[in-house]
Amino acid sequence: MSNIPSELKYTKSHEWVRIEGDGTATVGISDHAQTLLGDMVFVELPEPGAALEAGEECAVVESVKAASDVYTPLSGKVVAANELLEDAPETVNTDAYNDGWLFRIRLEDEAELKELLDAEAYAELVAEEDH
Amino acid sequence: MPQQTPLYQQHLMAKAKMVDFAGWEMPIHYGSQLEEHHQVRRDAGMFDVSHMVVLDLTGPAITDFLRRLLANDVARLNASPGRALYSCMLNERGGVIDDLIVYFMHDNGYRMVLNAATRDKDLAWIAQQATAFEVSIRERDDLAMIAVQGPNARDKTAKALGEALAPAIALKPFFAVKSAMMCGDELFVARTGYTGEDGFEIMLPAARAGDAWTALLAAGVAPIGLGARDTLRLEAGMNLYGQDMDEDTSPLEAGLAWTVAFEPAERDFIGRAALDAQRKTGPARKLVGLMLDGRGVLRAHQKVVSTAGEGETTSGSFSPTLGQAIALARVPASAGQTCEVEIRGKRLPARIVKYPFVRHGQPCITYTQTL
Repeated sequence: MSNIPSELKYTKSHEWVRIEGDGTATVGISDHAQTLLGDMVFVELPEPGAALEAGEECAVVESVKAASDVYTPLSGKVVAANELLEDAPETVNTDAYNDGWLFRIRLEDEAELKELLDAEAYAELVAEEDH
Repeated sequence: MPQQTPLYQQHLMAKAKMVDFAGWEMPIHYGSQLEEHHQVRRDAGMFDVSHMVVLDLTGPAITDFLRRLLANDVARLNASPGRALYSCMLNERGGVIDDLIVYFMHDNGYRMVLNAATRDKDLAWIAQQATAFEVSIRERDDLAMIAVQGPNARDKTAKALGEALAPAIALKPFFAVKSAMMCGDELFVARTGYTGEDGFEIMLPAARAGDAWTALLAAGVAPIGLGARDTLRLEAGMNLYGQDMDEDTSPLEAGLAWTVAFEPAERDFIGRAALDAQRKTGPARKLVGLMLDGRGVLRAHQKVVSTAGEGETTSGSFSPTLGQAIALARVPASAGQTCEVEIRGKRLPARIVKYPFVRHGQPCITYTQTL
């Protein structure tokens, strides 16, 4: 069973989003996604300062097996990227929702948050994919 | 419906992630491909390779037939029982139909191991070529095959299989021996493999495979999936059929010239005329090793740009042993020591190196980072 924390939001393409209290949001890939990809060996992240549009390809996670694009669920300016992953990409496997975060973005349009899935809806999506 | 090997239940018990491979339901990993890779480099691991095709070829004309069929020369086996030879099987254009291992068993008898993905076309080709010779070909789909590989593979296999393995203890590399298991069932043990490590490849009756697997597990041999099999063979610089060579690639363009026996000149193997012609002019392309200078991962089918022209990666991955990206690539024959590889639209500098990248657990590329 996948770990799907109830306090986070999710996307159909398996990113998670944590709304921070300061007008920013943190983005990573879900436990389900990291399990599917397997051992992570390389992560390419957006540059801080980059302006992203929701739905845009902005990062790549590569496992021994394959490369997978990461899409930003929200529009805005990147305020931080997780530099820890440069030397320790496997953190995405071991701690997908905390130390394995990918980037933080300054929210531009709060309305975009409504498009995200809650934990229950995401769990349903994962269950469907497993069958 | 994909086929299942005699070890299917063992894979499920070991919590394998199963995938369809060449029509077979096979384990891709049992949890972590990286850990499985290191397990083989540092200790001992086992692979279910029962999907591979085993043929027993016999008949008074069998040696003549194989000297015609294969680019390498079975006469090099010197009629030594159990001795193994790696060879390509070529078409008339000198393209590779498949690569294989052939063992001399006894006078007028050989055993051949071919790829599962090419089974149907291989059997059709061999049958077609055999019509002119007095030979009989028997597919041994009654056998299972387990490869045990790693620095401790031979010791742990001896512990697991006991008496049955005794005749194999003293095998030299690239030799095999027949032995008997409980109830007189035949066991065929070869000191060969596809990882760059020492070890055995064991063929045994399907009904015995589960017990052997369980005994190996108990001796501390971990199950290894096809994922790690691929990164291990890539580090060892071993070609994968269908990726690093195919029917439109000659062995000379695939780093396999050493497997073609041009002497004696009068041996007329299939594809010889085409290879002779290519040798005269020099092949236009060559297979090289690549190492990415910086971070990133090389994959098959990335564009390679050298001063001598463009090429393409044929296999690529992150090398768990070296901790950096490696690849095999086909490039113009005159390509030098550096190139660029196009990854997601960006060109990244890479080093052209001689492979293998890793042998017996140790990196074997002398690689100096330019500062």
